Amino acid sequence: MEIFKYKKPLSLMEKSKRFGIFSIVLLLLSLGLILTKGFNLGVDFAGGTLIQVKYEGAAPIQKVREAISVDKTYEGASVTRFGGDDEIVIKTKTSSQVLGEDVGKKMNSLLKNTGTFEVRRVDMIGAKVGSELREKGLMAMLLAIIGILMYVSFRFEWRFAIASVLALVHDVTIAMGMIVLFSVEVNLDILAALLTILGYSLNDTIIVFDRIREGIRTIKDPDLGKIIDESVTRTLSRTTLTSLTTFFVVLTLFVFGGEIIHGFAFTLLVGVVVGTYSSIFVASPVLMWLGFSVSDYRLKEAEKLKRQKEKDKMRAQYENGTL
Amino acid sequence: MKTLNYRVILLAFALIFGIVFSIPSLTQSEQGKKIILGLDLQGGLHMLLGIKSEVAIDSKIKSMGATVKYIFDDEEIIFDDLRINDDQTITFELLDTDDVLKVKALLTKEIEGTTFSEKGLKFVVAMTEEEKIRTEKNAIAQAVDTIRNRLNEFGLAEPTVAKQGEDKILVEVPGIKTQEDKERLKKLIERAAHLQLMAVDEDRIARVATMSDAEAKSFGNVILADVNTPEKYLLRAIPVLDGSMLTDAKVGFDEQNQPLINFTLNGQGAKIFGDFTGKYVGKRMAVVLDNKVYSAPVINERIGGGRVQISGRFEFSEAQDLAIALRSGALLAPVVIESERFIGPSLGADSIQASSLALLLGFILVVIFMVLYYGFAGVIANVALIGNLFLILAIMSLAGATLTLPGMAGIVLTVGMAVDANVIINERIRELLHQGKSIAKSIEDGYNNAFTAIFDANVTTLIAAIVLVVYGTGAIKGFAITMGIGIVASMLTAIVGTHGLFQWLLPKMDKKKLNFWFGIKTEGAK
Repeated sequence: MEIFKYKKPLSLMEKSKRFGIFSIVLLLLSLGLILTKGFNLGVDFAGGTLIQVKYEGAAPIQKVREAISVDKTYEGASVTRFGGDDEIVIKTKTSSQVLGEDVGKKMNSLLKNTGTFEVRRVDMIGAKVGSELREKGLMAMLLAIIGILMYVSFRFEWRFAIASVLALVHDVTIAMGMIVLFSVEVNLDILAALLTILGYSLNDTIIVFDRIREGIRTIKDPDLGKIIDESVTRTLSRTTLTSLTTFFVVLTLFVFGGEIIHGFAFTLLVGVVVGTYSSIFVASPVLMWLGFSVSDYRLKEAEKLKRQKEKDKMRAQYENGTL
Repeated sequence: MKTLNYRVILLAFALIFGIVFSIPSLTQSEQGKKIILGLDLQGGLHMLLGIKSEVAIDSKIKSMGATVKYIFDDEEIIFDDLRINDDQTITFELLDTDDVLKVKALLTKEIEGTTFSEKGLKFVVAMTEEEKIRTEKNAIAQAVDTIRNRLNEFGLAEPTVAKQGEDKILVEVPGIKTQEDKERLKKLIERAAHLQLMAVDEDRIARVATMSDAEAKSFGNVILADVNTPEKYLLRAIPVLDGSMLTDAKVGFDEQNQPLINFTLNGQGAKIFGDFTGKYVGKRMAVVLDNKVYSAPVINERIGGGRVQISGRFEFSEAQDLAIALRSGALLAPVVIESERFIGPSLGADSIQASSLALLLGFILVVIFMVLYYGFAGVIANVALIGNLFLILAIMSLAGATLTLPGMAGIVLTVGMAVDANVIINERIRELLHQGKSIAKSIEDGYNNAFTAIFDANVTTLIAAIVLVVYGTGAIKGFAITMGIGIVASMLTAIVGTHGLFQWLLPKMDKKKLNFWFGIKTEGAK
């Protein structure tokens, strides 16, 4: 089977302005959402207590609300369904460490008249731990980006590095915007998903860049736009196919992975789509806008080659004893 | 071209290695190294403990004060008004100017980790910052050891107790099934288990009901409450002896068959206890645990041998846990639970089921797609993919790595990404075939052309994974570990392995059947 048969290069760079504007609009919208609506931080980062309770039969949400409102520490607690009909999650902003009392025990006594149930999960995170986790998460993301910048600069050129990092900031920001838009609760797993997007988006971009690097060597035309068009078109089938396989796999996670992994899978779904888009339409134009010059690059490469050759020659002479 | 090449052999080895070493994990057999299931998959209790290290510093200051008193008495230096202040300093006043130089020398030589200043005959001794930090570190290290000992004595399977970051203690206990077990365990961990034997101030105890804490302090006393009743005791603040002189603690029973704790003191403790009880006949001595009075019996006669009892209307399990805590020693500083995660076993089982289903479905989808799209080249990629999965399991089993729910997601994701290498390679081969190159040439050049792209892409993802392993905690770490292993394994199976299979099958490949082998229809030379 063959879907993408290469005939002639698509003229993407001519339209790059349009994609640029589209991306900037998306970015601004995402940033606006993040700044105005803000993240729905879960207990991992905000601190607080989460209790997951499973009932035999449908969970009596109203009864649960009444039962826990008796206790002062659960004032303002939210009670929501979790996945199926029989499960609920109770959340409060206070972490009960202040009380020094076991949360599970307390729930067992508070809810004893609401039916047959089992406390399946208790997450209680102190505010201090939460903010530490947040700092560590941001730190991890920053370090990963720096590491990637250095590696790509070393293997390609600094403009490639900047373009790839911009593409990935683009992806992560839009994914965050979607998280805010759909009020996905941000816990550690969402952070992991964002970091995966970072890796995935990069993966995609690098493969396109590798083709551009190859194109610079093999295509005679010094026009970067043409080289990019050709390279992106050549990798188009790969980009789409891999994205599709990954998309399907993440989709199965989203649909069958259970409620706990729902937010994680959702974030990845967004990431795969945006990552694919950005590797085709964002990363390469940025390379062009940064003023990457094919002839300069060729000159530099040629010089590098020349120096290497001279070195080899010297070494050969030295080894032959002629120097 | 050779029929069997080193690449195929390598792949075969990787497959055999992967299958053999993942069998113990897959069958959950007793023998062999297995993947450890994370708490989120098997259920259990995860806690992050903070430590009140200022308490450790306070008690260190107190013991320094005691040392000062001991040395001065020993050297016959006359002093007055030795006190420990709220700002963690020790102050005292000398009575003889001739002692000043001697005291300075003694303080410098005998009491480490302090600085002092003097104004005439008044001295202020303070701990150095380094000493404070050292004391804090020591308190954490001691707490880690003590809690580990307690959990081990409790008889639980593979609890983890480790220092996390600068000042936290991570405690993970798998296999906690019920609410009762959980509460009992938390009590055992949190218990300071600070045992003291204290003399009752019989002269003033009649006034205890109206006495304030400050007034008690001025007499060198302290007011403590009974563990079961609201009764209050007035006790001498400096204890007769404490739990550090205890050698053993066991659960026993009294005449009414009530559980109690028998403990034995070491030689020095037994001597002090013997001397004290000899001197204090007819008066009361309180057994104090964590600042609660458990009993205050009247001393009838001198008690030798260093055997003491604590009775306090215990439940049997409570007495048992208390004995464990006493045996493994007191915590230098109290711990506080800063975060707690409890996952019930049924939730873990549900998560395993859901993520396994997703893994299986995703895997089947990818496998079918690859065969449909790439023909036999897809079959080759699938062999590599299966090899990759087994390798991940095998490496994780051998390393005793922990598989968490995000780790499962990491494996699912690796399935999606591992085929990427083969997609890139197959696309390159197809490209060359379209250009009319021979199959052999297309395969060799295809692999060469694809290599830098796959390599660079994998290295960058690996960088992200490594940062996550180093900086991540718990769930994130588990995810990054499986992803990292997956990437490395895919380099072997998806690049080297499939290349070998192509070379091995090359003699059978027919240019007329490109649709079967590579899933393309080509007009031959273009």
